[in-house]
Amino acid sequence: MTDQETLEVDGWRGKLTADAAAAAQEQDDVTAGGRPRLRKDARRLLFELLRPHRRPAAIVFLIVLVQVAATMAGPWLVGVAIDSALPAALRGHYGSLIAVATGLALAALVSGLLRSAFVLRSGAIGQAMLFELRRRAFDHVQSLSVSFHERFTSGRVISRLTSDVDTLNELLEAGLDGLITAIFNIAAISVILFFLDVPLALLAMASLVPVYLCYRWYTARAVRAFRRTRETNAALIVNVVETLNGIRAVQAFRRERRNDAIFAGLNGAYGDANRETYRLQAFFIPGTTLVGNLALVAVLLIGGVRVADGGLQLGVLTAFLLYLQQFYDPMEDVAVFYNSLQSATAALEKIAAVLAVPASVPEPQTPVPLPRPVRGRVTLAGVRFGYTADRPVLPELSLDIAPGQTVALVGATGAGKTTIAKLISRFYDPTEGVVRLDGVDLRDLAEAELRRAVVMVTQDGFLFSGSVADNIAFGRDGATRADVMAAAGAVGAHQFITALPDGYDTDVRKRGGRLSAGQRQLVAFARAFLADPAVLILDEATSSLDVPSERAVQRALRTVLADRTALIIAHRLSTVEIADRVLVLASGRIMEDGVPDDLVDSGGGEFAALHASWRDSLV
Amino acid sequence: MTAPDQHHPTGAASTLLRLRRWTGPHRRWFVLMIVTASAAMLAQSFVPLVIGRVVDGPIRHHDRSGLLQLAALALVLGIAEAALFWARRRAMADAALGVETDIRRDLYAHIQRLPVSFHDRFPSGQLVSRFTSDLSTLRRFLGFGFVFLIANSVTTVVVLVLLLHIHLVLGMVVLAAMTPLVVGTRQFELRYSRDARRAQDLTGDLATSVEESALGIRVIKSYGRRPYMLRLFLGEAERLRGAEMRKLTTLGWFWALLEGVPQLVLAAVVGGGVLAVAHGSITLGGLVAFVTLYLRLIWPLISLGWLLAIMQEAASATRRIFEVLDTPPTILDPDVPAPAERGTAVRFDNVRFRFADAETDVLRGVDLEIRAGETMALVGAVGSGKTTLTALVPRLYDVTGGRLLLGGVDVRDLTLDQLRHAVTTAFEDATLFSASVRENLVLGRAGISDADVAEAIEVAQADFVHELPFGLETRIGEQGLSLSGGQRQRLARARAVLGRPRGRVIDDPRSAHDVHTQSHLESALRRVLSSTTALLVAHRPSTVLLADRVALLQDGRIAAVGTHRELLDTVPAYRELLAQSSELAPAGLAR
Repeated sequence: MTDQETLEVDGWRGKLTADAAAAAQEQDDVTAGGRPRLRKDARRLLFELLRPHRRPAAIVFLIVLVQVAATMAGPWLVGVAIDSALPAALRGHYGSLIAVATGLALAALVSGLLRSAFVLRSGAIGQAMLFELRRRAFDHVQSLSVSFHERFTSGRVISRLTSDVDTLNELLEAGLDGLITAIFNIAAISVILFFLDVPLALLAMASLVPVYLCYRWYTARAVRAFRRTRETNAALIVNVVETLNGIRAVQAFRRERRNDAIFAGLNGAYGDANRETYRLQAFFIPGTTLVGNLALVAVLLIGGVRVADGGLQLGVLTAFLLYLQQFYDPMEDVAVFYNSLQSATAALEKIAAVLAVPASVPEPQTPVPLPRPVRGRVTLAGVRFGYTADRPVLPELSLDIAPGQTVALVGATGAGKTTIAKLISRFYDPTEGVVRLDGVDLRDLAEAELRRAVVMVTQDGFLFSGSVADNIAFGRDGATRADVMAAAGAVGAHQFITALPDGYDTDVRKRGGRLSAGQRQLVAFARAFLADPAVLILDEATSSLDVPSERAVQRALRTVLADRTALIIAHRLSTVEIADRVLVLASGRIMEDGVPDDLVDSGGGEFAALHASWRDSLV
Repeated sequence: MTAPDQHHPTGAASTLLRLRRWTGPHRRWFVLMIVTASAAMLAQSFVPLVIGRVVDGPIRHHDRSGLLQLAALALVLGIAEAALFWARRRAMADAALGVETDIRRDLYAHIQRLPVSFHDRFPSGQLVSRFTSDLSTLRRFLGFGFVFLIANSVTTVVVLVLLLHIHLVLGMVVLAAMTPLVVGTRQFELRYSRDARRAQDLTGDLATSVEESALGIRVIKSYGRRPYMLRLFLGEAERLRGAEMRKLTTLGWFWALLEGVPQLVLAAVVGGGVLAVAHGSITLGGLVAFVTLYLRLIWPLISLGWLLAIMQEAASATRRIFEVLDTPPTILDPDVPAPAERGTAVRFDNVRFRFADAETDVLRGVDLEIRAGETMALVGAVGSGKTTLTALVPRLYDVTGGRLLLGGVDVRDLTLDQLRHAVTTAFEDATLFSASVRENLVLGRAGISDADVAEAIEVAQADFVHELPFGLETRIGEQGLSLSGGQRQRLARARAVLGRPRGRVIDDPRSAHDVHTQSHLESALRRVLSSTTALLVAHRPSTVLLADRVALLQDGRIAAVGTHRELLDTVPAYRELLAQSSELAPAGLAR
């Protein structure tokens, strides 16, 4: 990629505010330094995942030992056959030949069976670890606040929970058996070498110093390189997800070629990051081979001279050289495994970083129960809030909503209407002040209790893939088909649903793509109806409905809202008609507050003006 | 939720051969990989020979200069081995990564051009997993597996031939013993390719779940359904674990076979060989050579299990990728494009439309003419097909019957560039990309000046962008500054207004604006609409008033066309849809 293209892509990305940039930095950890804390976190995570499987892991270790022994018995038995069974056979005695052949056959059976046992048992441990990692990461991400998700993006969540987890899978598949065998061999042969000849053994051991330096050199660079691969991989996924979700806009505006160019940059960056890890491996793994080969030559020379001088027996040197080769060969397996470990550690660092994100909207240690029955009084006292430190959205807000009251929030875009809704449904916590439900601080309520009491319906009304019935039933755990149909009937959705090809069982497809925007809102509305909360927040929840549907919803609302607290955000004044009280907001402050009729009658206010222009717009 | 079932699976080799398209340009790197791998193996096997010579020669004879010579040779071989090893790994980076990057590029380009109907159907997690885990599987195979599969197969054949050469009968015994391995391998391939495919599909499903859980986080939180989502996710993770365990079971017995059979054969060879020596049909040296050689066969055979496994995985990953690549983009430029559309009149001529998997038409013969320069409002009940109808104009979907004419030319006879530059669309959902404000408006379209951008912003009442920290250069979207719903919609509208198209399709005037802004907007829109032909989906009387005429969409047909007043007076269904009767007006307010 030329500088020109880099600039172009960067220019395209636009600039981030300091806050957002800091947030991105925090998510990405795109820093060059060693970051020892991250490594430690990653390692701790790995050990935590492994800990429950200590016993099975020990059994697997034993299996490998026996299996290696059975495999190694082969050559030894062949030796026995030639040295003793053959002379016996020549003399006509077949006993020991039969014994050896039987021994070989047994060793074959044992090593075959143990191999299969090893694959299954070690695989089971690995899969259990992966499952646990997925569970933890998913649960934690789900527990994090909406503000985290807004910063972190869905693409990054996907990359952490899928391709980063896959990297651990690769480590587990990288041949733990090879590693154990290798270490076993290296240890056994080291001992043998010392028995054979101490000076030469010391020389062989000395060669471990450059091997160690090789590891040091490699680790320092691999850590960064592998992190880079995880980050570029995430960037790639984020882009793919965004393209897929915006495919209509991409095609309608002919963005394909532009996207191709942008993707080429991301794809290239990921390729380059991988290439760097390959380049490092290309030095590291052959590097250990080279050290081994050099050491072999050194032993050959020194040993040869000593034999020539008569200080060493020829047989000892021969044996030493043969064993030395077996000493260095497994080093390569260790290096390959170490490489996978580095790759997995980089991915685990990323996952551990997400796991370490504290909940910004934490659950209380000792939840306070809501007084029964839940009445639905909502109070905001001295609330200040801003999404970023330098831009307060709500400078100072106090508000008391009586139980059963239906309050309409009116105001220009950016006045803070949605923010108030998000605070009441505790998507965010206020920077200062307190939000209470029936006198209890929302921060003291258990998540489950809060959610049963307060439900917010938003404009986009996200639908999950699955049937219409599934999507409505989402509103309440354990809802029956009858409940679902009753809810749909109440909001006037029953008719269109039964007209769908499979009625309630119709698959709504990705993001509810089978339904129109209005139909999606009706389904979302039925879902809220089913949830039956004490406090209902409607944020533009009926914006895509046509007049008759909206009328039906409003009729339903008149009964539904009769005995519960409601907060309605709507730009369309027709939606406001069912409100007992109207709040006019500007820049996060309440400008007008009163019964709709009074506000209109008083004349001079904003609401009266809005109402007048609305009346004019009616035909 | 699983991706469409694969057709009858073709063999792994023939599937992988389809990758030639991408491996071709990197051919020399693959050749280099195979050459260096073989050369390194050679160098490796020469080292013991040299050592043997050293021991037998100079050391035994106390010949220092000979020792030095041979040690130098061993040194050269040792260095050569490491250098070749290095070269192979470097070549591997270029070959495997090059192919992976190229496939990913082509996959992305292809997916972007697949019709919206494909995207409606195909879970995006399944697509994402093809970009990541399937392509890494492929890369690993191309980098490691492929080379060793070749090297090990060659070694196996060479050794077998040599064994037959040394002793025909014993060689035949070895060959005969290979039969269970061949049968086992065949069985293994059948099962493992099915198991691997299942695991890969489940991986895609899991990605889909994760995606939905992230995108739907507000709804999940709103209803406190975290435990439910976790349960669903764990259910899928458990299924994936099951599939992986099934893979391991298959792998387990196959490896047991690969590990056990060659050793059983060893028992037979040793037993038979000793008898043969006893009966004088082979010399002791011959037997030792035979056994030693045979032992060299064991490792390639055992590693074959691992290699075949990753080959099967690579093949089924390739199949998954080709399922997407083989889906033809059905909405294409015509072979012989019409010169250009003449005029901007839009005509729906008996247009029918049916979704691919539906049994009935959504649009059942729409006839509608929008005259050049005219603004036509489209009105219909929720779910009547308004959005579908508007998506037909820029060919996001193609009509399934009838014709759609722009300036008298069938839209299918225009190139997509012509069509989509001539007609812009504003959507109900305002998709923003993680990019600067400017990029979000221009979207890479050529020939748009700063003045055009400024004008579009003004028309769409999106002046707030000037107050963003970096103005038009501020990054917005998922990875940038988040904007409110109203702000997003205004940007989407500015996007559609930009570029002086001759025709517009606007499916947006939702009410994510306060009444105040709305009226400004409407006057601005009126100005823009006056210069173009426009189709405007309308829910509100105020929007309808922007239009010259209104069409009522009902039961998949245009039930009536006329001015707002005409329809209000003569069509009861229209009145029902649009009239804000006094009964509806706020009870207390309507005085």
